[in-house]
Amino acid sequence: MSKADTQVQPRKQGLTRRQKRAVSRGIQYAVFAAALVALGVTADWDRLQNQFAQADLAKELFPDIITLALRNTVLYTLSGFAFGLALGMVIALMRLSPVGPYRWLAGIYIEIFRGLPALLIFIFVGVAVPLAFPGTEIPGGTYGKVALALGLVAAAYMAETIRAGIQAVPKGQMEAARSLGFSHARAMASIIIPQAFRIVIPPLTNELVLLFKDSSLVLFLGVTLEERELAKFGRDLASESANSTPILVAGLCYLLVTVPLGFVVRRLEAKAGEATK
Amino acid sequence: MSSTSGTPEIQVRGLHKSFGDNEVLRGIDLEIGRGEVVCVIGPSGSGKSTLLRCVNLLEEPTKGQVFVGGTEVTHPDVDIDAVRRRIGMVFQQFNLFPHLSVTENLALPQRRVLGRDKAQAAKVAADNLRRVGLSEKADAYPSSLSGGQQQRVAIARALAMGPEVMLFDEPTSALDPELVGDVLAVMRMLANEGMTMMVVTHEMTFAREVADRVVFMDDGVIVEDGTPEQVIGNPAHERTRHFLSRLLDPAMADVEEISDQVGKGE
Repeated sequence: MSKADTQVQPRKQGLTRRQKRAVSRGIQYAVFAAALVALGVTADWDRLQNQFAQADLAKELFPDIITLALRNTVLYTLSGFAFGLALGMVIALMRLSPVGPYRWLAGIYIEIFRGLPALLIFIFVGVAVPLAFPGTEIPGGTYGKVALALGLVAAAYMAETIRAGIQAVPKGQMEAARSLGFSHARAMASIIIPQAFRIVIPPLTNELVLLFKDSSLVLFLGVTLEERELAKFGRDLASESANSTPILVAGLCYLLVTVPLGFVVRRLEAKAGEATK
Repeated sequence: MSSTSGTPEIQVRGLHKSFGDNEVLRGIDLEIGRGEVVCVIGPSGSGKSTLLRCVNLLEEPTKGQVFVGGTEVTHPDVDIDAVRRRIGMVFQQFNLFPHLSVTENLALPQRRVLGRDKAQAAKVAADNLRRVGLSEKADAYPSSLSGGQQQRVAIARALAMGPEVMLFDEPTSALDPELVGDVLAVMRMLANEGMTMMVVTHEMTFAREVADRVVFMDDGVIVEDGTPEQVIGNPAHERTRHFLSRLLDPAMADVEEISDQVGKGE
């Protein structure tokens, strides 16, 4: 008697769990479809296409957009990454140093350069550095300046990533190395840091993607025609032709690199996850 | 036995070690002669691992002196890296370098620390892998080895540096029971070859059969120090008897342990 009651009761209270799930999913699809329809009806597609997708204009961009603009973007990114990695390594080691002032300095650096917009750093490098050190040229011209500005920002993030990587290496590794007669510095260089790098390769690749996009800020340094990268190149040609198609193409060029890189990061993360099992 | 051969290989004098307020070692005096095998036994938390780690200064003693091969390890100006080259150490968790192959685990320290060239380091590595019976694993990576194999590689890595003293910190405690024998066999071989060994262990059979001396520690002091027959076979102290009975008959000891700790703690 009572058993039958408890079996009937739940149905009386309304929908079953399965029905609720179906309703919820139905609502989500409906909202999505409504948004698509609203966008399709309200946006002026003809004007958009006119402004952003002129096939003949797009054709004219090639090959310069690849051989010049994309090439420069890649060069800026890689030089900034290399400088940032070297500086980030130094700052990470300072952060782990037993010497107090080193730790504080590294901490202050990280807080400042993580807290400032990259744009301000570019302006700072373009304006303040020549003012502060009159007569000195940053080696490498624009390339050097970009490497410096991008590297200064990237170093702050990479320092924290590398520090976490070093600390993720088990304590026993350092003890084993020391007990074999390695000095602290040598144990770091041959045993700890190689293992730390394996741990931080996925986050560092992510950082590379971020730098790739931030390299567009180079336009605030003022560049020659030959030094233009994707964003500047796209913008210049857009204003020349009074049409925004070059911007769309430039955007696609960014994705050409960032999407595969993102794919690589996910693969690396999955692999790293497997290795630690 | 202990002081038959000139200066002792390891000499510990008045050793104290505190972690904050916790005094782990409270005055240890110990000598280990050349070629002697000494097993250190005792309950967990008795300070035996800390004592071992003070010998090669992985832990910095709070007070007291340690000499290895006549060199004062605890001297502020000692070249600790040079001292450690004479002392091999084997850890409970093996601590092989996971990013290096077995051969590289053995060869890299020789090249970086001893400055041996590539060919010589490779030869010494191969010789020592053969000694521990793992020649066929030369190119494997540590993660593909069993615990027992990893520990034997760790022993070979220490031996490849040509140490005069070997320290073992519970070398079989992290192993599955069926893998313990292989590691103990390698240690027995070393003992027979005349290596000076200090072994922190719970393996009573090994201590009884291989050790020249057994040291029983409890609560940061050495309670008993003598031949295995004395310390394990016929312990003089109640604490030693208590520990051994718990170790040899753990099923009985559980009940005892609770009442014991209540009595001790309160």
